Amino acid sequence: MKKEKVIEMLTLLEQNGRHSYDKLAMMLDLPEEEVKQTIAELEKDKVILRYPTLIDWDKIQGNDLVTAMIDVKVTPQRDVGFDEIAERIYRFPEVKSVYLMSGAYDLSVTIEGKTIKEVAFFVSQKLSTLDTVVSTATHFILKTYKHDGVVFNPRDDDRRMVVTP
Amino acid sequence: MRNRLSKTIQEIPPSGIRKYFDLASTMENVISLGVGEPDFVTPWSIREASISTMERGYTTYTSNSGLPELRYEIGKYLAESFQVHYDDKKEMIITVGASEAIDIALRAILDPGDEVLIIEPCYVSYEPTVKLAGGVPVSVTTDMSTKFKITADILREKITSKSKAIIFCYPNNPTGATMSKEDWLPIIDLIKEHDLLVLSDEIYGELSYDQHHFSAASLPGMKDRTILISGFSKAFAMTGWRIGYACGPEDIIQAMLKIHQYTMLCAPIMGQWAAVEALRNGQKAKDDMVASYRQRRNYVSKMFNQIGLECLVPEGAFYAFPSITATGLTSDQFAEQLIKEAQVAVVPGHVFGIGGEGHIRCSYATSMENLEKAIERMGKFVEQYK
Repeated sequence: MKKEKVIEMLTLLEQNGRHSYDKLAMMLDLPEEEVKQTIAELEKDKVILRYPTLIDWDKIQGNDLVTAMIDVKVTPQRDVGFDEIAERIYRFPEVKSVYLMSGAYDLSVTIEGKTIKEVAFFVSQKLSTLDTVVSTATHFILKTYKHDGVVFNPRDDDRRMVVTP
Repeated sequence: MRNRLSKTIQEIPPSGIRKYFDLASTMENVISLGVGEPDFVTPWSIREASISTMERGYTTYTSNSGLPELRYEIGKYLAESFQVHYDDKKEMIITVGASEAIDIALRAILDPGDEVLIIEPCYVSYEPTVKLAGGVPVSVTTDMSTKFKITADILREKITSKSKAIIFCYPNNPTGATMSKEDWLPIIDLIKEHDLLVLSDEIYGELSYDQHHFSAASLPGMKDRTILISGFSKAFAMTGWRIGYACGPEDIIQAMLKIHQYTMLCAPIMGQWAAVEALRNGQKAKDDMVASYRQRRNYVSKMFNQIGLECLVPEGAFYAFPSITATGLTSDQFAEQLIKEAQVAVVPGHVFGIGGEGHIRCSYATSMENLEKAIERMGKFVEQYK
């Protein structure tokens, strides 16, 4: 498959992981077998890692979660730089994401917990106590407006007239 | 009481689309493939730029021919994209949509009785605007056998000593047909031989999916006889802003400007500033929209053939124009029964000219979910006529 087609297909799957092989094949104007095979390769090469579903959990009662973004300053280590400390952090299941950042701090860590207390406990007991962690600053997310390019409560309905020339 | 309406207006029939608009509006659960405009909202950077100019007090008239900044950007864009070069001070006018440009172009060039060759199937306004300008519309019908392209043979048959101009739209609404340089060569020989003026409606130019749009005005000797008409509605999802433009020979553009200044004064300034932003920074948003239309185009054209409606792959615009002759119904019967029985709104081909009979226009400017549902319903509907 041509590189542009691979990118186009990945973009489609990123928007909707439930596209079927035959529909993808039609949209991309490619044979279904080729689409199937390329996706299998991309999965094997860990280019496609997972097909997640984006959920607005705020609309589900009884499953309240708190999310915090934590700016972490660390001391990089000889030979391994930030990789080893990043790994020590991302191995905790509470940790949703870890990014190495440019700027005022080093790692941006996202934590999800059931209560503020739970998150606070994790930061004070697990994260701050790691040897190489110099400081942390915790920011709780109050409301999600947009995530991964998706607006959570869109107001852009189809306002077009039903039939126009 | 004497008749209050002019003979001209009495002779113009009401739009054939109205009936379907009324039907669709009264029914629930209708999926519409009848919409002739993008399903995207104008990209935010364009909306934001316009809002910002309003905040700063840009709420006045502009010069009759349009904002100099916009004319400059259009000139640059046409030269870079389509290799057509216009003097933005003398050979360009900003209009209230491409529709106004078509109207004033016809009024600027026609004397009573002049014939205008209209390549059909086509947008519904050409014939009435020719009549309103005192001209005589002459249909030149294209069909599936030539992929809805003009050919020298069919055009030659309709040219008379009264032929003054020819009007066409490629990429085409409703057929999705395009014309390449090779397609144009025999046509322009004929146009020059008979000294015709050309109205080239290139509003869908950016929505070409397989090849870059080719403007007939870029061919040798054509610029001096061509009025290139386009706008921002389709490429940048800006239908409601009503910003179009016309470029052409100075004498014709200046004549159009006379009509425009007395009837319209200028296009709305908010829309003109939005259009400036579209040309300066709207490329990425436009490319993303085009990619999305292309995917849907690929999907619907294959699906129509699968459910038994023969359909060419549309090369541009956002319409598929499948044949419905296999069902034995007329396009009007098909469209009316389809909406009543299957709750899918389409536009019957005959409203786009005689050559459109036997086809329906299906706009794929709607979500993939809607397209899937609509085609499933249409498949079941068609099944009963097999």
